[in-house]
Amino acid sequence: MSVTAPSRPPGAATRRRTRPRGRQALLGWLYATPTAVFVVLLFAVPLLLVIRMSLSKWSLLRGDQGLNAPDNFVKAVDHRFFTDSVVFTLKYTALATVLLLALGLGLALLVQESSRWNNLLRASFLIPSALGLASASLLFYVLYSPYASPLAPVMDRFGLTFLGSPTAALISTTFLIVWRYAGFYMVLMLVGLQGIPADVYEAARTDGASRWQTFRKVTLPLLRPTLALTTVLCVTGSLLAFEQFYILTKGGPDNSTITVVQLIYMVAFQGQNDLGVAAAISVIVLLALILINALQMRAFRSEES
Amino acid sequence: MTVAPTTESAVTDGPAAPTPSRHESRKKTEGMTIAGIALRTPYWVFTGAVALIFLAPLVWTAVASVSPQPGTNQVDGWGFGNYRTLAAYQAGIWRYLANSAFVSLLTVTLTLLISFLGGYAFARFRFPGKNLLFLVTLAILMVPYATLLIPLYVLLNQVGLQNSLVGVALVLTMFQLPFSTFLMRISFEAVPRELDEAAMVDGCSSFGALWRVLLPAVKPGLITVGLFGFLAAWNDFMAPLILINDSERMTLPLAVSNLRGQVQGVVDYGATEAGVVVLALPCIVLFLLLQRHYVRGFMSGALKG
Repeated sequence: MSVTAPSRPPGAATRRRTRPRGRQALLGWLYATPTAVFVVLLFAVPLLLVIRMSLSKWSLLRGDQGLNAPDNFVKAVDHRFFTDSVVFTLKYTALATVLLLALGLGLALLVQESSRWNNLLRASFLIPSALGLASASLLFYVLYSPYASPLAPVMDRFGLTFLGSPTAALISTTFLIVWRYAGFYMVLMLVGLQGIPADVYEAARTDGASRWQTFRKVTLPLLRPTLALTTVLCVTGSLLAFEQFYILTKGGPDNSTITVVQLIYMVAFQGQNDLGVAAAISVIVLLALILINALQMRAFRSEES
Repeated sequence: MTVAPTTESAVTDGPAAPTPSRHESRKKTEGMTIAGIALRTPYWVFTGAVALIFLAPLVWTAVASVSPQPGTNQVDGWGFGNYRTLAAYQAGIWRYLANSAFVSLLTVTLTLLISFLGGYAFARFRFPGKNLLFLVTLAILMVPYATLLIPLYVLLNQVGLQNSLVGVALVLTMFQLPFSTFLMRISFEAVPRELDEAAMVDGCSSFGALWRVLLPAVKPGLITVGLFGFLAAWNDFMAPLILINDSERMTLPLAVSNLRGQVQGVVDYGATEAGVVVLALPCIVLFLLLQRHYVRGFMSGALKG
C-alpha cells in the first residue's frame, strides 16, 4: 500500500477539480489509512495466518511446531464429530432459512400498510432483534428449563421437554432464532416490497388477477433481488451458528446439536487444544461458504435471465 | 398461512391498491365506520396475538427476575434478590458492566473514527488501490467469525494483547468495518459535491471541509454506525469467549453465561433472568430511542444486494 504507486492516467473526461491528482491520491490514502491498517493487520494477516496454521502442527499451549500438511485436514475430516456436525449444520440451516424467509415475508405482508397499529406491530416484531444472540439464548435457556419456565406445569403434565431430545432441541433452538431474527428479515422484505411500483399491481388488477395470482406472478418475481439477498444472509448466518447452541444445548443431548463452528471451538479450546486442526476446519468452512454463496448467487441470477 | 389475514384486511379496505403510498387518504374515509371496525377486528386480534409472541418472553423475563422463585435468592415476596446475587457474582456485576461499557465505547469510538475518515476517502477521492481496499473491507463479511478468531487469538498473544479488553475492542471494530464503511461511503456520496467544493473554494482545507461542512451532513449515518457498533460490541459473545480467560476481565454476556451452574452445578435461574434484563435493557432503550436509525441501517444493507 505504498503511496508512491503510479496514479491513474488522466481519464478522457477531465474533471474540473481544484486539487492536482497526485495530491488528491495522497489525501485519499491519508483518510483511508486507518481503514487500511485495520483491514491489513486484523483481517488480511489473520487470514494468511489461519491458512499457515492449517498446514502446521500448532497446539494451543506450545504454538507453532512446523509444517505438517496435510495432517490437519485429514484429522479434521476424520474427527468423530465432523460428519455429524456438518449434517446437523446443514439441517439446521435449511430449517432456519425456510422458516425465517417465510415468516419474514409473511410478517412484512401483514404490516405492509403504514398505519399506527402497524407501526406498533413492526416495532414489537423488531424489539427482539435489538437483543444480543447470547442474551436471547440465555433468556430461552431459562424459558425452556423444566424448573423455572412458566411452561413447567405443561411440560410436567405431558412429559414434554424442550431440550431433552435431539429433535426437540433443534426445534426449540430454531424457535429462538426465529423469534430473534424474524423482525430483521421482515424489515428487509418490507424494503423489497416498497420497491415494487404501484402501477404493476394496478395492471394486475385490471387484468382481473386474484390476490393469490398477484402474489405468485407479480410480488414474488419482483421480490427476487430481496429474496436473493435474504437467502444469502440467512444461509451464511445459519451455517455459522454458534452462540445459540453453545449456550442453549451445549451441543447436547448426546452431542446431537454440534454445529461446525462449535466443533472448531471445541477442537481449539476444549480438551483437544489443537489450533492446527481447528484452523483446518476453519479453512474448510471458509471455502465451503464461498462456494455455497457463489452457487446461490448464480442460481438467483440464472433464474432471472 | 400468515398471508391470509393480509388478504382479509385488504378486502375490507376496499378496492385500493396494496401499496403504502395510497393508504393515507383511504384510512380516514373508511377506518371509522362500524362495519369497518367489525371487519377489521379479526385482523387486530390476530396481529395483536403475533406481536404478543414477540413481546411475551421479554416481559416474562423482566417480571420473573423480581418475582419469588424457589432455588434463587428471591424465595418469598417480590424484590431484587436476584439482582443482589448477580451483583455479588465473582468480580461483581459492576466490574463486568464496566468491562462491557469499556469495550463497547472503545469499539464505537474507533468504528466511528475509521469509517468517518474511510467513508470520506472512498466517496470523494481517487487513489490507487481504492477499489481493492473497499472490496477487501467488504470481504470481511464473507469470512466466518471463527475462522478469524483462531489466528487473532495467536496474533494478539504475540503483541501482548492477550486477555485484553483493548484487543477485544480492536477485533470487534474490524468486524464492524464492512457495514460501517459501506454506510459512511453512501452517506458521503449522498451529499452534493458542491457543498464541500464550495467550502474549499472559500479556503477550507479538505479536513476543514470534512469537519465543518460534511460532518453535520452525514450525522444520521454516523448515528446508525454508532448504534450498530454499540449493539454488536455490547452483545458480542464469541470474541471475548475466545480472547479473554481471566474472570476479572470478562464482559457481561460472558459473565452471565458463566453464572449458570455456578453453585454445585445447580443453575440459578433467577440470577440468569436478572442478568438477561441487565443485558437487554440498554439495547431495548437504544432501540426505542433510535428506531428510525436502526431500521435505516437494515435498509442500507438491503440496498446493497
